[in-house]
Amino acid sequence: MSRVHDMGGRFGDGPVIHEAEVEVFHEDWHARALALTLAAGALGQWNIDTSRHARECLSPQDYMRFSYYEKWMGGLAALLVAKGVVTLDELAGDVPTRSPLSTKALKPESVAGVLAKGGPANRPSNIAPSFAIGAKVQARKLAQNTLVNGGHTRLPRYAAGAQGRIVLYHGTHVLPDAAAHGLGDRAEPLYAVAFAAAALWAHPEHPADEVVLDLWQSYLEPAP
Amino acid sequence: MPHDHSDPDHPHSLLPPDPALRVKALETLLAAKGLIDPAALDAIIDTYQHKIGPRNGAAVVARAWAEPDFRDWLLRDATAAVSAMGFYGRQGEHMVAVENTHAVHNMVVCTLCSCYPWPLLGIPPAWYKSDAYRARAVREPRAVLADFGVVLPEGCAVRVWDSTAEVRYLVIPDRPAGTEGLDAEAMAALVTRDGMIGTALL
Repeated sequence: MSRVHDMGGRFGDGPVIHEAEVEVFHEDWHARALALTLAAGALGQWNIDTSRHARECLSPQDYMRFSYYEKWMGGLAALLVAKGVVTLDELAGDVPTRSPLSTKALKPESVAGVLAKGGPANRPSNIAPSFAIGAKVQARKLAQNTLVNGGHTRLPRYAAGAQGRIVLYHGTHVLPDAAAHGLGDRAEPLYAVAFAAAALWAHPEHPADEVVLDLWQSYLEPAP
Repeated sequence: MPHDHSDPDHPHSLLPPDPALRVKALETLLAAKGLIDPAALDAIIDTYQHKIGPRNGAAVVARAWAEPDFRDWLLRDATAAVSAMGFYGRQGEHMVAVENTHAVHNMVVCTLCSCYPWPLLGIPPAWYKSDAYRARAVREPRAVLADFGVVLPEGCAVRVWDSTAEVRYLVIPDRPAGTEGLDAEAMAALVTRDGMIGTALL
């Protein structure tokens, strides 16, 4: 089992409620929560995999009852404490002390440059690709982090153990299962893997339908 | 004076329960510690409210419709092709463009979180981040399309792209018939955000 965020294929959710393209933020605090998360991220104390894992580590009860940006705030509070950036007492209302990281605070004039620069996830690697385009592969049977118990992984449960075929090679990318836990980038080959809907679901909607996932080489083995 | 941290694994429980107040409390704390500048937050919000949004992606699609060489480049190396139009950055570092045809309809989701090509489409809409879309898009994409009022032509397969890595997908919708005489701006106006996610036909 992975965690509560891994909901692909789950039954019981209602209709998808559409909204107009002009809606960007429904509430001012949504915008504030997004900006706060990005600005705190710019302090450089964690990476995107760490921050995803922090949201995933909300208790299942909180994850399900929280709205989207509440999850972000929950994850951010956890990261700030885990990395020693703020203390639990400060969160609880004690008078805060100035942080030694304050020299790294994102300045308004730097925002455009930081957002435009992004953070590419491809890295050199000495791990050669094992699979060619078209190769038949099988996803790891357990959608779990093999390095850290209960750790972050990007193999969804619904694809675990399923057989598919390689459709794209993306180069070598940071392995989230390692990077989320301070174990280094451990970049390895990343592929887009297509699975027939019938390989994933007992009642596929259509025999020709497919789901494509980006999966790292260590998530895959040759199909038996 | 030390507080009673009854749930140390979930520090957010120390903040006010109301979400707007919770955000405000965090922002106030980080500002007092010198870790964030509220004016930088304003600049981030302004960027995604007014500067970066789905009109960027629409310009890319319109150009792909009009210029076969650009379309080929976009399909071969989307990151380079859209960067050349000035669209690159956070959550768009590794782009792949997938083209709808009469035989295949593409649709994008992120079942594990909310990955989305920000430089081309902006901040994802609430429905894209909803549990219902994340849960259902991979298992019953046609039922989800029906929620959007979309029925695919007979014989058209659905290919759902679950964004599990840092690669972001842009759907190039089918060019609507009768648009040959339109200029780039008029064509871009036909391209909807949902069309570029794959939950609408144009």
